[in-house]
Parts: sequence; structure tokens; C-alpha cells
Amino acid sequence: MLALFLLFRFVPVVGAVLLSLTDYRLSGRWSFVAFDNYTRLLSDSLFHQALVVTLTYTVIFVPLTVLLSLGTAVLLHQVVWKRGFFRGVFFLPYVTSIVLAAVIWKWIYDAQDGLINAFLGLLSVGPVDFLGRSELVLPSIAVTSAWKGFGYSMLILLAGLQAVPRSYLEAAMIDGATAWQRFRYVTLPQLRPVLFFVLVIETIGAFQVFDAMYVMTGGGPVRSSYSLVYFLYDSGFKYFDFGYASAIGLVLFLIVLIVSLVQRRLVGRDD
Amino acid sequence: MVNVLDRPPVREVAGTSVAGRRPVARLTLPTLLALTAIVTIVPFAAMVLVAFAPPSGQTFPDALNPARFTFENFSKVLSSSDIPRWTVNSLLYSLVSVVCVLLFASMAGYAFAKKKFPGREIMFWAFLATLMVPFQATLIPSYILVSRLDWVDSYWGLIVPTLANSQAVFLMRQFISQLPDELFEAAEIDGAPEWRIFTMIVLPLIRPVLATLGIFVFLWHWNDFLWPLVIGQSGEMQTLTVGLATLQTQAVPINQIMAGATITVVPSLLVFGLLQRYLTDSITMSGLKA
Repeated sequence: MLALFLLFRFVPVVGAVLLSLTDYRLSGRWSFVAFDNYTRLLSDSLFHQALVVTLTYTVIFVPLTVLLSLGTAVLLHQVVWKRGFFRGVFFLPYVTSIVLAAVIWKWIYDAQDGLINAFLGLLSVGPVDFLGRSELVLPSIAVTSAWKGFGYSMLILLAGLQAVPRSYLEAAMIDGATAWQRFRYVTLPQLRPVLFFVLVIETIGAFQVFDAMYVMTGGGPVRSSYSLVYFLYDSGFKYFDFGYASAIGLVLFLIVLIVSLVQRRLVGRDD
Repeated sequence: MVNVLDRPPVREVAGTSVAGRRPVARLTLPTLLALTAIVTIVPFAAMVLVAFAPPSGQTFPDALNPARFTFENFSKVLSSSDIPRWTVNSLLYSLVSVVCVLLFASMAGYAFAKKKFPGREIMFWAFLATLMVPFQATLIPSYILVSRLDWVDSYWGLIVPTLANSQAVFLMRQFISQLPDELFEAAEIDGAPEWRIFTMIVLPLIRPVLATLGIFVFLWHWNDFLWPLVIGQSGEMQTLTVGLATLQTQAVPINQIMAGATITVVPSLLVFGLLQRYLTDSITMSGLKA
């Protein structure tokens, strides 16, 4: 068992670093190239494109999914009526795969006979090619991923909301605070650590986006949904440039690491 | 100083209850909640409707007529694609992994939590460190490793590397270290062999964690995409997620794609329906992410 973990957990981690310093190819032949892969990345326009796409996607997806999960968590917290049922409904997409979500939503967005365009057609609007227009493709994919995943953050935030001491809210109410003021000045500060956790988890997830793009757009149109992991996948399994692909993987790791370190500092300051 | 008596009488001191508000306000939030729930369900409902709609007609709004429901799309997609084979692959990938991961993780977790051996701390920290590395960053070396073992396009290559699940080990270690040491010391003094301590004391005590972790491992594997995509290159070795993705790159009619999609979602729904409580409670308590 130790050998299993050694071989498939530790060797790949060390291997990723070592591979990124070589020009390992499909044939298995390789030579040491030091930091050539990294300097090549810096001047590769595809890498720039993938980085911009991933950042843009993250900037759209994270606020969207956090607001959606916070909104539904607050609704569930406020409304006692059939809470278990509604919680289940919101959680349902989360247990399915992102591939399934992507397949369904690809059809929903479809320009010819998609669901949204069928409705827009009734209003004599459209058709809008959501996945075929470069300015709409990332928001459309972000909506799909948010729909698929918001149930998770919603549960975490709901637990956070339920942990806010009732006496604080009652005190604010006696002082005449409106519902919004109570939320803004009592609930939200109490929720901060949980909110940070959710933010970080969702940000890390956003940087790793791939499945939805692979299924819905194939990275298109004209690479406007071509993410870092997509670039890694193509470099590895389309061009079999394994050394280069490993360097992309390490860049991804560094980004994820920085995100979690920044979060640590921000939350650590509070405690 | 503000005089309390100047303030309007407080009606809702009993917490966040909506009972005391005006009727309109009392209905707003539940309505909003119901609307959000409907929007959340629509994609699933649309999937099922299209899957049962007659293949010739327009997918919408004809799909809404239950009188014309048919199983034709299901039988067509089952016969024209490898869905039965993909289902077997997905089931193997998920179920074998659940059993092995639970076994390995509970053994390793027990060792890390209750056994003293040289290098324990360093090894545990090394485990934690691998948790920080996103899977995609180790995709290439893992693939090369599997191809060197000549395991590409085989069940070995698909399943074995994913059994080394650090997150499961970490979770088990956290749980087992909370169990009182006296239990294990007493068993050792009585001269119980190690495997007996494991099967008679450890396993029964960690049953709730085994259940929740098992559900998560199942969902991780059932819904996994990138690893099966890379390893299962021939049609025969694809899992349902990969197969579904391939289906829709081919010229398969949308009704049949949705029928295929409906089939893939059934096990997730079963897990969800039967074990929703477990899932939601464990997320709230441990932050586990599927």
C-alpha cells in the first residue's frame, strides 16, 4: 500500500517538476533543457490566451456562484417552509457530473432548437448563439458550472448562517435595525470566515476549469474558451509535448498555491 | 442617549420568523425560493422530456405533450452506442475504487493516528502536501507512469492510480485520532493481534465515516472525466462521462443524447435519494467536496 501511494501520489508530484525541465516526448526520448519550457511559455501566445481566458472565467464565475449560493442559503435560512425539500432541490445538480451539466446546457443554449432560443423566439427575439459568440461563451459556461456546483457552497454558507448567534440579531432588532442592516452589520461579519473558505474553494475550482469547455465548445469559438487545463491537455495529448505540458501544470499549481496562501493571510489577520 | 420608549413597538423579537410581517412581505421570500427551485430543476426536467419525446417532432414545445412519450430514443441510443459497456466501466471504476479506497484509507488512517513508527510525522506531512497539488498538475507524469506500466486503455490503468487517495487517508486519520487511546491499549495488553484490533475495534467504530466517505468516493469516480478521458482511449474502455461527451461530438440526434444523459444520471440520483442526509451533513461538518 505504501508502494501504491509512493508510486501514484509522490512520484507524479516529483515527476511533474522533473519533466517540466526536459523535452520528454511520446517516444520516451528526452534531454535536459533546464527552464526552456518556462521561457517558451512566456512567449507563447496560446499560453497568454489560455491565461486570459482562465482569469476572465474566474472573474465571472466566482462572484456568480458565491452570490447564487449566498442568496439561496439566505432564502433557505429565512423561509422555514419545506426547507429540507428545497435544500435537496438546490443540492441535486451537485451530485451529477459536470459533463452531464455541459451536455444539457449545450442544448439549452443551442442557436437552432435550444430551450432559451425557443423562448426568445416566442418573444420574436434572437436567435442568440450563446456558445458561438466570443463575448457570450465564458458567461454561458460560467452559468452552467455555477448551476452544477452552487449547492455545495450553499450548504457551507447555510451552516454558517445557522451558527450566527440569535441573540446578536435580536439585539440589533431591538435597536431598530432593518433586515438589510441586520444582514449587513451582524450576519455578514459573522459569516466572514465561511465566506472566505467558499471564495477560495470556488476560485481554485475555477482555475481548473476544463470539462465544461471540452464538452460545450471544444475551446472555441477561436479559442475564446480555451483554459489553462485545456492548453495542458492539448499540449500533452494532442501534441505529445509532455515536458511542456508539465510546465503548464506547475504554473497551475503555483497559481492555486498563491490563492490559498493569500487566503491564509487574509483570514489569519482576523483571527 | 436614545430613549427606548421613543421607538416603535418591536413585533418580531422571536428571531427571524416571518410571521409578523405584512402578508405581501411574508409571501415574497417563499415565492422567490420556489422560483429559484423551479429554475434549478428546469434543465433536468427538459432533459427527461426531450429524452422521452418522439424523435421526429420538434424538440420544443412538442416535448411537453406526455401523450406522445416514447422509449424509442432509449432503445436506439442503447443499441447504436456502447452505453451498456460504458456503464459497466463506470460501475467497475466507481465500486472497485470505493472498496479499495475505504480499506486503504482506514488502514493508513489508523496507522497515522494510533501507531508510533519512525518517520510518521514526516510521512503524514508529505501526504498533506500532495493534497495541495491539483490533479491536473500531475496528469502528465501519472499518464507516463501508466503508459510505462503498459496499462493505458486497461482497467488497471484506470483504477489503480486513483486508489492512492490522500484526502481519504487524511479524513480517516482525523477521525480515528479522536477515538480514545485506551481502547487500543487495552486490546494490546490483552495480546490481540494487529489485524484483530483493526477488524474488531477500528472498523466498527469508524462505520459512519466509512459510509460518508464511501458515498463521496463513489461520486468522485462516477462523475470523473479527465482521467478516464486520458486513459480510456478506445471506445471499449470509456466510462459513461467520456462516452456521453463523445456521443455529442458525433451526429447523434439530441433526443438520443438526452436519453443517454438520463441513463447516466440515474445512479447519482439513487445515491442522492437514498443518502442525501449523509451527504449534506458531512459537507457541513467536514467541508468534503465531491
